[in-house]
Amino acid sequence: MNEAEIVLSTRALSKHFGGITATDNVNLVLKKGARHALIGPNGAGKTTLINLLTGVLEPSGGSITLEGNDISRLSPHERVKRGMVRTFQINQLFDSLTPLETLALTVSQNRGQGSKWWQALGADKAVMARCQNLLEQFHLTTVQQQKTSELAYGKRRLLEIAIALACEPRVLLLDEPVAGVPAGEREELLQTVSALPPEVSVLLIEHDMDLVFSFANRMTVLVNGAVLTEGTPDEIAADERVKAVYLGHGEVELEGLAHGELAHG
Amino acid sequence: MKGSLISAGRYKPWELALWLLVLAAPFLFSKHAPIINEIAIVALFAVSLDLVLGYTGIVSLGHAAFFGMAAYAAALFAKHINPDPLLGLAVGIALATVLGAVCSLTIIRGSDLTRLMVTLGMGLILYELANKLDWLTGGADGLQGVVMGKLLGQFEFDLAGHTAAWYSITVLLLLFVVIRRLVNSPFGATLKAVRDNRLRAQSIGIPVTQRLAVIYTVAAGVAGAAGALQAQTTGFASLDVFEFIRSADVMLVLVIGGTGWLYGGVAGAVVFKLLQDVISAITPQYWTFWIGLFLVVLALVGRDKLIRPWTWFGKAQKGSA
Repeated sequence: MNEAEIVLSTRALSKHFGGITATDNVNLVLKKGARHALIGPNGAGKTTLINLLTGVLEPSGGSITLEGNDISRLSPHERVKRGMVRTFQINQLFDSLTPLETLALTVSQNRGQGSKWWQALGADKAVMARCQNLLEQFHLTTVQQQKTSELAYGKRRLLEIAIALACEPRVLLLDEPVAGVPAGEREELLQTVSALPPEVSVLLIEHDMDLVFSFANRMTVLVNGAVLTEGTPDEIAADERVKAVYLGHGEVELEGLAHGELAHG
Repeated sequence: MKGSLISAGRYKPWELALWLLVLAAPFLFSKHAPIINEIAIVALFAVSLDLVLGYTGIVSLGHAAFFGMAAYAAALFAKHINPDPLLGLAVGIALATVLGAVCSLTIIRGSDLTRLMVTLGMGLILYELANKLDWLTGGADGLQGVVMGKLLGQFEFDLAGHTAAWYSITVLLLLFVVIRRLVNSPFGATLKAVRDNRLRAQSIGIPVTQRLAVIYTVAAGVAGAAGALQAQTTGFASLDVFEFIRSADVMLVLVIGGTGWLYGGVAGAVVFKLLQDVISAITPQYWTFWIGLFLVVLALVGRDKLIRPWTWFGKAQKGSA
């Protein structure tokens, strides 16, 4: 494989919590512009892996390389500065701020203006133009002045993703982006996910198999913290071991139902 | 819609009216200049705490450390080096800022409770230091014989306290304008982000610990300004500038006025000091009882409802809310 094409890779990445191995010797490679899905049954260690990649957790062993540099020891905000950004499975928003304020501060921070204190937030025209852009793209224009804590769940979910994109990521880690989104608001979210710029490399964690198979061109299956197999969607769909541990469980259908009930309940 | 963020940072008519009133206060209430001076100092001190508590969510019970540090610094500077008030003010602010920078290393780690303990401990340490170093500070007797020079070489600190009141109000206003600008800037917005959700703040690239350290240091400097004003306008510094009760009082002031909008410190200072003044005139020994009662009512009824008496007896409009 051409080295220059690889944007993110892990080598023998491990994480132990006491006697429990949450991440077991994971070697993962993400190519430039990838649409890579990470799947696996509940408790397979997908979110732990994201937390290791983003620096929320410190690895017990192994290394993480981003665009040729070892980032294993960098703090979370330094990894963001280097272009790796995540979204959260459970919304992590700034509740007392409006979407406009949230995006304005995120874009400002991303453009190195986060420590400017003499200028008003929003005084920079380029920053504001980018914000309006994002608000439109994520269907948030009408609610941009409302307090984030008062937004409907679907809008909060959109804002969650919009914040990540406001950081201009080169590598984007999406942790279950459509989790809990009501059916009616799902389409907006799917649109924005599929409209991500092609040069952005995406690692998607998702339980929704329709989304995974329509989005990904590469898949990694994680079981008990270790990589079971990796391949194209067709290869994964045909893999008997994957069927045995994951697809065959009937868990997928159950997950789908559970989300549907949440939406209507 | 455009520029809606900028207009949020513009001065509203009520703010201008308020500051005009504040500036006119020593004229309007000429006989009460000393308490106006006190209010301005407490307001500045509370605004400083608001930077920490209201804008980053760090609860500090040792804010008097910075106030006291600058009070002694300003008093000693006037006594031994130079009686010029503005120079002394600068020295006080500078020393409190340095102390804040050192202390900021202790508050960027740990949980809320550890921070509470660390800030509390910091105040106690400085109190005892000032007590022990009596050759410098005068110990329990306080630092006496501080004579201030004329303000700007023109205005003598008069017995009626007019110069003092003007001086404190002017410093309050100038620092308030700077701080207000700061909290409405991208920097200020990142502070609010840290306050609301630290995990997400670091996930969008905000260096959280650095932000906390910076604002804590700035707040310490502002508290120092208040402390220096106190020492200069009373011509005296004593151990009570470091006392725990001062840290607790300023917290009360801020709670009364509300955190996270700067004016809470000003409004709280006015209410707190006037209550203290009026009630202690009526019942000198038991005034804290009434302050306590007021706080309980404020907490149970809520600030919004308390300042809107016309809503007290009407039927609730929204059943659930």
